[in-house]
Amino acid sequence: MSLRIINARLIDPASGRDAAGDILIDKGRIAALDAEARAARAERSLDAGGLVVAPGVIDLAARLREPGEEYKATLESEMEAAVAGGVTSLACPPDTDPPLDEPGLIDMLRRRARAFARARLYPVGALTVKLQGETLTEMAELAESGCVAFSQANVPLQDTQMLWRALQYAVSFGFPVWLRPAEPWLSRGGVAHDGEVATRLGLPGVPSFAETIAICTILEIVRATGARVHLCRLSTEGAVAMVRAAKREGLPVTCDVSAHHLHLCDVDLGYFDSQCRLDPPLRAQRDRDALSAGVSDGTIDCVCSDHTPVDEDAKHQPFAEAAPGATGLELLLPLMLRWGSLNKRPLAQTLARITCDPARILGVRSGRLELGAPGDLVVFDPDASDRIVPESLKSQGKNTPFLGYELPGRVRATIVAGKVVYERE
Amino acid sequence: MDRNPQLNKNGELQHLLSIEGLPREVIERVLATADSFVGVTEREVKKVPLLRGKSVFNLFFEPSTRTRTTFEIAAKRLSADVINLNIAASSQSKGESLLDTIANLSAMQADIYVVRHASSGAPFLIARHVKPHEHVINAGDGRHAHPTQGLLDLYTLRHYKKDFTQLTVAIVGDVLHSRVARSLIHGLTTLGTPEVRVIGPQTLMPSGVEALGVHVYRDMREGLKGCDAVVMLRLQNERMRGALLPSAQEFFKHFGLTADKLALAKPDVIVMHPGPMNRGVEIDSSVADGPHSVILPQVTFGIAVRMAVMSMVGGASA
Repeated sequence: MSLRIINARLIDPASGRDAAGDILIDKGRIAALDAEARAARAERSLDAGGLVVAPGVIDLAARLREPGEEYKATLESEMEAAVAGGVTSLACPPDTDPPLDEPGLIDMLRRRARAFARARLYPVGALTVKLQGETLTEMAELAESGCVAFSQANVPLQDTQMLWRALQYAVSFGFPVWLRPAEPWLSRGGVAHDGEVATRLGLPGVPSFAETIAICTILEIVRATGARVHLCRLSTEGAVAMVRAAKREGLPVTCDVSAHHLHLCDVDLGYFDSQCRLDPPLRAQRDRDALSAGVSDGTIDCVCSDHTPVDEDAKHQPFAEAAPGATGLELLLPLMLRWGSLNKRPLAQTLARITCDPARILGVRSGRLELGAPGDLVVFDPDASDRIVPESLKSQGKNTPFLGYELPGRVRATIVAGKVVYERE
Repeated sequence: MDRNPQLNKNGELQHLLSIEGLPREVIERVLATADSFVGVTEREVKKVPLLRGKSVFNLFFEPSTRTRTTFEIAAKRLSADVINLNIAASSQSKGESLLDTIANLSAMQADIYVVRHASSGAPFLIARHVKPHEHVINAGDGRHAHPTQGLLDLYTLRHYKKDFTQLTVAIVGDVLHSRVARSLIHGLTTLGTPEVRVIGPQTLMPSGVEALGVHVYRDMREGLKGCDAVVMLRLQNERMRGALLPSAQEFFKHFGLTADKLALAKPDVIVMHPGPMNRGVEIDSSVADGPHSVILPQVTFGIAVRMAVMSMVGGASA
């Protein structure tokens, strides 16, 4: 099956290309560009006049809720959501029920994902058995089954000796470790950023230094072990400064932020809006500004959705009792486009943070428009916008602080391995 | 952000959820309305027919005897029917969700819900889901707000001190966990009190409390100097010994109100306490029962203030 797209505004964030052009995908891979693509014959041809064609979006954190939590979402519903949002590859954290700590679970998950034939799935394996922080998982076995990295998801290791051993073991095989920096004792019981807003609302706070102390610990162990660590979901100004310094020092560290934290801060909690109950919590405006600057200058390598579908009842609770998290697969691209336009960043740079940059962290060839790369594309109208309403979301989770927002960028088609997996007029 | 959820489109009190965000005129109207009810509570027949035929549901998701009783008395003096529900011991323990409980009670034709809940913000959630003719009064939510207590504190201060714009008020003790402190601070700053102080060790102060418009004092003697009123907060038993404080004795020594510390305040200082008191922990008996104490009048005023709030929300149109 071959597919040709002509008259596109072709953006390749990796090379900075943003120019009119044509592209041909054959046998699942990018086979030709521009004149050669235009001249080629293909089984299907799309005219993308007025539309952007870019590498498909790569999301480093999307909870699909399988196995175990199918009442919140299913692989099928969330894969539909992914491609509706232009996401062609996604990594799923191991905090399922049971956690992804055995090769059999990984096999099953990947087999089911392949059966739906939507986005590519990259499971992140559990770093410790049941995420309990006591026994290492069989990382080599898990990697053979297809795990791309190892993580504790949102369950931080309390035992720093265990963290040290886990990083030593992972580096022995060259496996990257993805860590959410959160000092467990300081985070205990907190549901909002420890600051003026939490004080006013009478909500128990998580101090910023719960994050920076954890980063400090992780960076020291990275220095000692040489382990490759990806820091997940930074939320504080201090964290951005520490990662900037660590990178300057040459430590093998990368990091990401959730799209929510680029747009919202603790003030958005308003009158206890449980849609804004997130983990890590939304922090102060200066934190949001520092995160945004970090994404601009590349200190923060990429932006993810931190997609966390939650059932409606779990959000209809007093703030502290509401389940944390927000749905985001379908909003990642629009939120990045909104971020790019608010911060006056070129479209190619904006898209880099959700395409070639996360591809580099996953160690995959997608995320770029070069010959031989996987034929994963998103076709979107940058000038159209949509109002976010629950009915418009394919995800089973309708929980997002952006309900009612008018967000830019309408996905018109999503292509995985040369196959059109989503199309909208 | 939503419109202030406690005011209707005419700016009248639809619910009472927090003092924060209440316009000054609304607070003043509550205090003025309470004036007219103080007379009622002193009459032989202590009833007015303002809420006749209306149902007030006392929903206490957290145990409380005193606050529930004062709301019950206030509602009965307004001739309302009062139903007390101690939910801590019933449906919630059977796993029913908060909103399901409310939906069920709504089907029983409630007019006013008086809600006490351990979780900050719970009355806001309820207010968002009740029918337009139903009203919610927050009787204390987590650490967030206790607006009727704040209003009765304001009423007491006004009764004894008249002019808020000349006052120095100190609030002492466990501000971190105190919904009473938060509500009073918002009320005082809204009414133009120039100097509001909070006094206590840093373990009992929430971060960034200065942003509420208060001055923080670690030294109680320093903080009491020149005060017109001192509000002592209750220290919960479980917080007297642990990560926040080493012992009740050490707390009392440094932050308990004694006659010699009180002597540093103005000669006509008044002493307030939301109750129930821990004598010998936050307040010495000689002060609690002494000439500066207005702790019992606070309770009496509390009924009039709660009558005022209920009559105002009950009379507001949707």
